[in-house]
Amino acid sequence: MIPTPDLSHLTSKDYDLVYEPAEDTFLLLDAFETQAGVLRELQPKICLEIGSGSGCVSAFLASILGPSSLYFCTDINPYACTCTRNTGTQNKVVLDCINASFAKPLMLRLRHSVDVIVFNPPYVPTLEDEAEDAQNDHDIRGSWAGGQDGMSVTNLFLQDVETLLSSKGFFFLVALKDNDIPSIQNRMLQDHGLQSKIILQRRAGREHLFILQFERVDKAIALEG
Amino acid sequence: MVRLITHNLLACHAKGCTSNNFPLRFENARVELREAEFNGDFLQGFLPKIEWNALVDTAKQLGDTSLPPEQPEMTDDEFLKNLHHVLMEIHVEEGVMICPNCSRNYPISNGIPNMLLADYEIA
Repeated sequence: MIPTPDLSHLTSKDYDLVYEPAEDTFLLLDAFETQAGVLRELQPKICLEIGSGSGCVSAFLASILGPSSLYFCTDINPYACTCTRNTGTQNKVVLDCINASFAKPLMLRLRHSVDVIVFNPPYVPTLEDEAEDAQNDHDIRGSWAGGQDGMSVTNLFLQDVETLLSSKGFFFLVALKDNDIPSIQNRMLQDHGLQSKIILQRRAGREHLFILQFERVDKAIALEG
Repeated sequence: MVRLITHNLLACHAKGCTSNNFPLRFENARVELREAEFNGDFLQGFLPKIEWNALVDTAKQLGDTSLPPEQPEMTDDEFLKNLHHVLMEIHVEEGVMICPNCSRNYPISNGIPNMLLADYEIA
């Protein structure tokens, strides 16, 4: 079993400003653990987490994959960037943090270059305005408020995934049943040529959480052929 | 921290700024050097991703002239050591990154680069 990252340096004050790891976070860690062999085999050079928050997820990924990869972490919340960096230091892994929206400043240079992309998005269905305000204010509400169907923010990033993903890369997404998972899977396949499977799911209170793993269709064909 | 390996991957993404928007130029950079574990295989694998001229020029701006102007076809230990130092051990903790095209400023504070755009700047 791979230990959960040490977050003892973070305090309740940090969690007033930054999303505290919860069931969704831990489900994502469990998913990485089940995929640890596949991920190591991939020998990633560049990993990228969108909305890294506390940094728990990237620190965990780095503990699986080791120092032969870079770990870029973006967040619109500057406090989250600081927490992520400190979580890296606390766990003796280097996380390169960028205060940015999605991967916008990296799109030019990381075209078809990222081997592992991770997004635990704000997936909670809310009023559309609430999601928009939260994103504009760059604060903790932006870590959960997802607007219509909980997909307002996620949909924006889904447009960028194919551009970033390397030929052999994987994209991991956390989603709720309410987000309409078959629709996400269909759109990614039809619009971007990325096929997917559910690698883990769990009920946590009112939430039915899923971890989706995407990869290129053409990669799968190449492997079969 | 903004390591030069990160800097080599960041571009201006303001609305309408789509050419000559890389590399960002450092100004008032406060540099810290921090030792990092050498990983030759990683460097070899990463070489094709590097924009070489951008890296050499940026290192020079920050006072490091150890890299050759052209990326060598054969790499030796000394070259890889210098490359390791430039990419992984030079950290810019404070300062500004400026777009060569539109002059948009991206501040670095406490080692975190702020690449956020205002509403009206988003493409």
